[in-house]
Amino acid sequence: MSTAHPHHAPAPPPYPALPRRKLKVATCSLAGCFGCHMSFLDIDERILQLIEHVEFDRSPLTDLKEVGRCDLGLIEGGLCNAENVEVLRDFRRQCHTLVAVGACAITGGLPAQRNAMSLPHILGEVYQQREGLKTGCAIPNDPELPLLLRQVRPLHEVVQIDYFLPGCPPSADSFWVFLTDLIAGRTPRLASGPIRYD
Amino acid sequence: MTRYTNSSQPATTFSLDGEEVPFTPGDTVLQAAHRVGRYIPHLCWHPGMHPHGSCRLCSIKVNGRPAAACTALASAGLQVENQTPAMQAQRKALLQMLFVEGNHFCPSCERSGNCLLQATASHHEMEGPHFEEFYPARPVDASHPDVLLDHNRCILCGLCVRASQAQDGKDVFAIAGHGIEAHLVVNSPSGKLGDSALSVDDSAAQICPVGALLPKRRGFETPIGERRYDRHSVADAHTQEATAQGHEEDPT
Ligand code: SF4
Ligand code: SF4
Ligand code: FES
Repeated sequence: MSTAHPHHAPAPPPYPALPRRKLKVATCSLAGCFGCHMSFLDIDERILQLIEHVEFDRSPLTDLKEVGRCDLGLIEGGLCNAENVEVLRDFRRQCHTLVAVGACAITGGLPAQRNAMSLPHILGEVYQQREGLKTGCAIPNDPELPLLLRQVRPLHEVVQIDYFLPGCPPSADSFWVFLTDLIAGRTPRLASGPIRYD
Repeated sequence: MTRYTNSSQPATTFSLDGEEVPFTPGDTVLQAAHRVGRYIPHLCWHPGMHPHGSCRLCSIKVNGRPAAACTALASAGLQVENQTPAMQAQRKALLQMLFVEGNHFCPSCERSGNCLLQATASHHEMEGPHFEEFYPARPVDASHPDVLLDHNRCILCGLCVRASQAQDGKDVFAIAGHGIEAHLVVNSPSGKLGDSALSVDDSAAQICPVGALLPKRRGFETPIGERRYDRHSVADAHTQEATAQGHEEDPT
């Protein structure tokens, strides 16, 4: 045990605590089913605790169309068309930390089951040969429609991804563990329990 | 220290991550560890089958040098490293490669929850594939009335090959080709499973650790939450070995 020496300089006053800024969070869905967003909302009343620490930028919850500067971006869904790629690149530019959420974002997921087939074949099957369609039906071709990619791809093949939150969808608890770790300044870590691929 | 132990000598021990594991002469490291309920990750190994040494998930360090636990013979006084962070990281990379080399759409796979590959990957905290997806276009063989063969999920562990030969006496399967072209072939005039001698009751039809060989009409029989790896970690003693879906033994 040490005793204070009378000639020691007095301890400096405690560093003034900075007011804690809320984390800016954006979310979006690319080629996915919105199930990950629904699962996120399954954190239920914990959302009230969360809202003390975060504010939402672009997200289906705010209906903003453009993403602003954010601390965190959560993206569900893979890349199936040119617009998906553009949105993803915007998020990467604007978000400090980017998270691929759910099977589609991480591996392409179920939409990637189309990857073994050719696009003309799939489009023909859906818009022309499907039972019950009138003869002469055409494949939609409007400049407004984003061009389809030949294959559905996961996000990390196009931009740097900082964290992966696996599951189809990840459970509400996975979201909670991840976000509370991040808010508390810890490196988020899912133990093997919450890691699921189904 | 000799590599081979004279069988007239009494059983002795080796050290696995600092704990002594007894072995019987002739045991491999994995066999001995498995007997006492110590988990060494594995995919192509199954008790009662000859080792194959192909998946390399059981890689360990024996006296500081890498080896496959399923083929390395146990001997007295070996120092075996198994659950070190470096070995775990290496195994995670192997698992990621196995995932991207096939088409593993777990949410739509009937083996999900009972799959050794999936459970091993979650145990190793594999959050994503890391590598680029191959998305190979491989056939599905649905010609057999009772068994489905989906090449997209086959990890070429060779367990069905060995089971068909050694246990069923039928020789239904073989692995052909090399490298990325390696694939499972079926011994029948048409190459189709439906024209082969395979029966759903054969060991070969039940031993697949993944969802590549599946008995038909049993899909999603066990509800989510009650499947093998919902209830047990893959590292729990003796939970790892595949049995026919719907005939899961209750591991103790
Ligand atoms: S075989 Fe296993 S890892 Fe592959 S899709 Fe099926 S459950 Fe997933
Ligand atoms: S079908 Fe199953 S048991 Fe046979 S080699 Fe492939 S993964 Fe192994
Ligand atoms: S279990 Fe040893 S190499 Fe596959």
